[in-house]
Amino acid sequence: MNGQFVLLWSDALIWLIAIAALVLGLVSARQPQLAAAWRRVGRSRPGMAAATVLLAFVVVGLADSLHYRPLLAPAAGSSAPVYAVETLSLLDAIAEPLRSRNEKTYSAPLATRAFAKETSEVRDADGSLRQVRDFPRLRFGGAHLGADEDAREADVGARVGKSLALGLAGWAALLVLVTLWLARSEALTVAESSRRIRCGETFFAWNSVLATLGLIVLVAAPLFALCGDYHVFGTDKVGQDVFYQVLKSVRTALVIGLVTTLTTLPLAIFFGLTAGYFRGWVDDLIQYLYTTLNSIPGVLLIAAAVLMMQVLIDTHPEWFATAAERADIRLLALCFILGMTSWTGLCRVLRGETLKLRELEFVQAAQSFGVADLRIIARHILPNVMHIVVIALVMDFSSLVLAEAVLSYVGIGVDPTMISFGTMINNTRLELAREPVVWWSLAAAFTFMFALVLAANLLADAVRDAFDARLAGSS
Amino acid sequence: MFSSRRSLRFSSFLALPALALLLAACGSEWNDPYPAEQRGQNILYSAFTERPKHLDPAQSYTEDEITFTAQIYEPPLQYHYLKRPYTLIPATATAVPVARLYDAEGRELPADAPADRVDHSVYEIRIKPGIRYQPHPAFAVDAGGAPRYADLDRARLAGIDTLSDFAETGSRELSADDYIYQIKRLAHPRLHSPIFGMMAERIVGLKELGATLAAAAKDLPQDGWLDLDRYPLAGVERVDAHTWRVTVRGKYPQFLYWLAMPFFAPIPREADRFYSQPGMAEKNLTLDWYPVGTGPYLLAENNPNSRMVLARNPNFHGETYPCEGEPGDAAAGLLADCGKPLPFIERAIFTREKESVPYWNKFLQGYYDASGISSDSFDQAVRLATGGDVQLTDEMLDKGIKLLTSVRASIFYMGFNMVDPVVGGLSEPARKLRQAISIAIDQEEFISIFMNGRGVPAMGPLPPGIFGYEDGEAGINPVVYRWRDGKERRRPLAEAQQLLAEAGWPNGRNARTGEPLVLYLDTTGGGMGDKSRLDWLTRQFAGLGIQLVVRSTDFNRFQEKLRKSSAQLYYIGWNADYPDPENFLFLLHGAEAKVKSGGENYANYQNAEYDRLFREVKDMDSGPERLVLIRRMLDIVRNDAPWVFGFHPKTYTLGHAWLANRKPTDVGNNILKYQRIDVPRRERLREEWNRPLLWPLAAGGAALLALLVPAVVGYRRRERSAALEKS
Amino acid sequence: MLAYILRRLLYALPILIGVNVITFALFFVVNTPDDMARMQLGVKRVTPEAIAAWKAERGYDKPLFVNTEASGTGLVTDTIFFTQSARMFVGDFGRAEDGRDISREITTRMGPSLAIALPTFVLGLMVTISLALLLAFFRASYLDFWGVVACVALMSISGLFYIIGGQFLISKLWKLVPISGYGGGLDAWKFLLLPVLIGVVSGIGSSTRWYRTIFLEEIGKDYVRTARAKGLAETVILFRHVLRNALIPILTGVVAVIPLLFMGSLLTESFFGVPGLGSYTIDAINAQDFAVVRAMVFIGSALYIVGLLFTDLSYALVDPRIRFDR
Repeated sequence: MNGQFVLLWSDALIWLIAIAALVLGLVSARQPQLAAAWRRVGRSRPGMAAATVLLAFVVVGLADSLHYRPLLAPAAGSSAPVYAVETLSLLDAIAEPLRSRNEKTYSAPLATRAFAKETSEVRDADGSLRQVRDFPRLRFGGAHLGADEDAREADVGARVGKSLALGLAGWAALLVLVTLWLARSEALTVAESSRRIRCGETFFAWNSVLATLGLIVLVAAPLFALCGDYHVFGTDKVGQDVFYQVLKSVRTALVIGLVTTLTTLPLAIFFGLTAGYFRGWVDDLIQYLYTTLNSIPGVLLIAAAVLMMQVLIDTHPEWFATAAERADIRLLALCFILGMTSWTGLCRVLRGETLKLRELEFVQAAQSFGVADLRIIARHILPNVMHIVVIALVMDFSSLVLAEAVLSYVGIGVDPTMISFGTMINNTRLELAREPVVWWSLAAAFTFMFALVLAANLLADAVRDAFDARLAGSS
Repeated sequence: MFSSRRSLRFSSFLALPALALLLAACGSEWNDPYPAEQRGQNILYSAFTERPKHLDPAQSYTEDEITFTAQIYEPPLQYHYLKRPYTLIPATATAVPVARLYDAEGRELPADAPADRVDHSVYEIRIKPGIRYQPHPAFAVDAGGAPRYADLDRARLAGIDTLSDFAETGSRELSADDYIYQIKRLAHPRLHSPIFGMMAERIVGLKELGATLAAAAKDLPQDGWLDLDRYPLAGVERVDAHTWRVTVRGKYPQFLYWLAMPFFAPIPREADRFYSQPGMAEKNLTLDWYPVGTGPYLLAENNPNSRMVLARNPNFHGETYPCEGEPGDAAAGLLADCGKPLPFIERAIFTREKESVPYWNKFLQGYYDASGISSDSFDQAVRLATGGDVQLTDEMLDKGIKLLTSVRASIFYMGFNMVDPVVGGLSEPARKLRQAISIAIDQEEFISIFMNGRGVPAMGPLPPGIFGYEDGEAGINPVVYRWRDGKERRRPLAEAQQLLAEAGWPNGRNARTGEPLVLYLDTTGGGMGDKSRLDWLTRQFAGLGIQLVVRSTDFNRFQEKLRKSSAQLYYIGWNADYPDPENFLFLLHGAEAKVKSGGENYANYQNAEYDRLFREVKDMDSGPERLVLIRRMLDIVRNDAPWVFGFHPKTYTLGHAWLANRKPTDVGNNILKYQRIDVPRRERLREEWNRPLLWPLAAGGAALLALLVPAVVGYRRRERSAALEKS
Repeated sequence: MLAYILRRLLYALPILIGVNVITFALFFVVNTPDDMARMQLGVKRVTPEAIAAWKAERGYDKPLFVNTEASGTGLVTDTIFFTQSARMFVGDFGRAEDGRDISREITTRMGPSLAIALPTFVLGLMVTISLALLLAFFRASYLDFWGVVACVALMSISGLFYIIGGQFLISKLWKLVPISGYGGGLDAWKFLLLPVLIGVVSGIGSSTRWYRTIFLEEIGKDYVRTARAKGLAETVILFRHVLRNALIPILTGVVAVIPLLFMGSLLTESFFGVPGLGSYTIDAINAQDFAVVRAMVFIGSALYIVGLLFTDLSYALVDPRIRFDR
């Protein structure tokens, strides 16, 4: 994977979020209250199971957020390196066979032959052409079997068995490692430590994390073992591997879910705190602003803003060196626009909370000592509303992922060349009307999107419970 | 007490769907989307996708609209329903007019005079006497013979919401004045007729009339009426009540085709006057909403959001079913109704159906009488038999569904912007680059994946059925195809790569700098399956080593890019206005160039020789002489390759067994009057196909009960434990 | 109280003006009047003169916000913004770009929208409150736990899947109801059954969970403990006290939504081919019919403000401590 490293804007933001999460973790560890809250999250079994699933998605998403332009083979007569305009990611490089092994059109999961019959011409022994109508053999799906297509079941079974054995062995090793580590750090016998893990009596919900990991191994190992030589989730209308599309969709969903809140967080915090703190005309103005924005029907506002963004992008093609950059900016624009319609909720909550906080004694005391207003906001008020921000961040994630699908359906979502759950669903709309039904694209998109959103919802619940409890404890 | 209220509420939840189902059980078909009283009636059911914007014949120009307007309005001519190639026959006229040609001095010329000697041609149209308009309040007269509704204002319109709220209607005989009135309406400044610009070049005096009317309309209030009878039109002359003449500049044989379009349908002055009264437009009482015509049907209900209803016009002058057609029509049963009076169907109900999935499903359920096939439901409906013949699947055959196919008089193509520095220009390298791309984009594969074979790869701009199109070896595009084994074969990719190398881009890399060749395709995005189409296209270019960048945008922006010629590659299509090669060849005429004159030549293609031939060909009568010139033009464009000639789509229409006399046509649209429905058979089949499945309902109810049981058990347990605590 | 309502309505004026400024600014960045003209006049054979005439006729030949050529008040009044938006405040939405009267269109389309939205809303409220009550009754049991998990699962499914799946199963496979369409009068219920069912089911997850929390909060309050100590049966406590008190936050939270029911649902209406306001909006966006878009935005905003007013009023009605004379 020689090539020129490309840093897309959304990549930068994704990595920024990843780093910010790490920093937040370090900071929380030193603040007793926050640390306690996070520990409560760690104890929540559904929460940690969800976090494990999310982590798997995040790994895929991060691998898809390192982009480069591959080096082209040197042309005759020139020595300067030339890079393709196509931008690939680390995930593309890893999943190269998935990306490049395209069939002609639909094929069912694990199929060796296409889904629809085709007419082909066969030259008979006497040299005359004859048209034959049959299911054509796939170019790549199960190609290693050669003419021996009947061996498919046996081959699939063997691969699944082998990969499961391997995966479970790895999982068992991990289980042993955790048990030993726990035994050592808590000074327990191995038997006791394993009992505690089993019964969930640890400070961290190890049992649910390990169980979820086991589940992920059960699902992922066979997928990886098969995806190299088969299309595990079939192929779509133009013969692209559906499994690959699902993997690519993960990053889009993560960007929409995370970056949206991030880009507008400063706005919500700034306006919310200043409105609540200064009151008077500042408050009136800010209230007017968000009531106005809020009262415009969301879809209309988004539609108009997305169209506007597109005009801007279209009139300045020189801004973008590659199609990926264009799609990326469009994605970011969508994030920003979604954020513009959703920051008002957080802003209102923050304003209310600040109104309450500014009446508290320590703020009043600071004011009477003549501490600068901005300093009070930064030192006293902001830390005390952080839990609301954290809750908003996790709560918004799932609704944003769901919103993307709907917007892409209406035609104002991500760039049509970008793979996302929304574009996948949009493309599969007509497939259910086919006879026989083409179900795999929709089913794959549904399953993965459901897993992602469900995990996000469960984690959000755990986080909210943990942080709300802190609020209850302090007041 | 409270618990009883609760259980009552719960049972009401269960009762609601049950009640609904009981209600439903009255009819045999639960999923019948039409009211029960329509059963057993002679009604044709169809669907429309886009709401018609204009029903005014001076403005309407889209296919969605002509479905309705063609049944209501009657221009002087029409196309023969069965004959192919398309043949003009009289509709309200007594005969198809023959042009009389004159030179600049006004001397009459023979009919075969060369086009450059002809100064103007005169068409004399005679209409049949005794044709009457549909009943309409504009014709209503009082005892004294004065129009009944001539001086309405907002106050008198207070109780009136639709046209049917007017108590009285009337009718009158069609006269030549009505046709003249409509031609004048083409120049009306407020109507923005799409063909005004073009007709102003042709019909003598129309341009001047447009200017006069524009000046007159300036001082007019918003709703004011412009009485067109007060403004003369030099090129149109009334001979008597049933005869009129049009003078057209030069020789213009295509004018006859225009005379078969609703643009030249009659509009009575009374109707225009009637609709121009103050307060009418606010209530949608306009010609756009309630057309007035002499045709076989009248618009009985206009609700473009959900339903349009056409009903038989009681005053229709009568016409009989044709007795001759193409060979094969008799075998197909299309001549069985020969000589019977038209129309057969009482009403036609068009339901708005925006999504293709419900449309298709309702057709299969028998709730639409005919349907097109989208590529996704194709496999279900049609299979290609050995030998390439198209056949219906057994499932469809069992249902008695019939397949109707025809190649449309249209073309889809990918155009190059000829003023672009990379792909444009007539230099040899640029030409070779375009030729290489033309070979590399495998139209056959495109048609097979995305159209399920419902298309014919284009060999040039002319579709089959248009004069100048040639079958077989003579008609192939030698740049892209070779003739082998009695069939055209696409040239191999290696040849394209060779051409590309000769163009200075070996393997898609600049021969000097090694830079990769990047091309930009502009499309309008958001549509269905768009992404897959673009992915496919990118792969075709990648086959040559060319990197394709797709820029998708909304329709307006796309149009703007074409206008400003900032696009490089683009996909676009053209539907014929009338079946004449001129209507396709003009798309490449230099004078039509988009960037220069805002015309229809989106490629901005300009080749002096082609333009010269075009000017010669366009007004010629079709004959061997014309064919020779067209062949030369085709050779030029094939070699220059300003377009990647895409394909001519085929229409596949499915019709149910009970629908008779349906034959697909492209240019003739007044097809409703010929069709016939076997109503009892439709009733029988619908009932057979739509028996509801009841077990899921039962299963659902059982599941709900199964869920309730543990709840009730738990509830009991709690109550008991609470009671225990208390005691 | 009347004075309060009046004042609140006056307060709505600047908001609506702000909304109009935003819509006009956004829309005209996207769409020049030329684009609109071209869209409406069709793409075949359009002349520049026709476009100019079209613009002049509809008043789109003026500047957008500030007319530098006019003097005095004409500076702001002789502009597209002023002429087009001022009359909306008196309920005159003018004609759509295709010449049809918008107010008329809206009144005819309101019926179908409400026919779906209202039953969905009422039924949904009844079903979810009942379910939430059930969960609250069995709180901290397995039924409660799995009920909540089921709720989370239900709300993790995209609304698109509910519609696609529902149509596929109920209409296509089981042939129980028509796939799509809309009929007036008595026939309407046949078409409404499926969209309403789907609307209710897709809302179950989040609402049930939310109401359950409200119930649990209420159950944790002191008076409930007192009542229990008095020996009242659990059901009596739940229905007589908890339900009644919890309904207050639920209903005050819900009244804000009621006016917006008029707007209809974009997805449901376009999937089921219902000629309501939701599909009108979508069509207008697709056709770039600015007159309709701005009318819908205006109405939506006005309804939203009415919803806010409802909320405040309902708070005051249930809580006599809040007074209007502040």
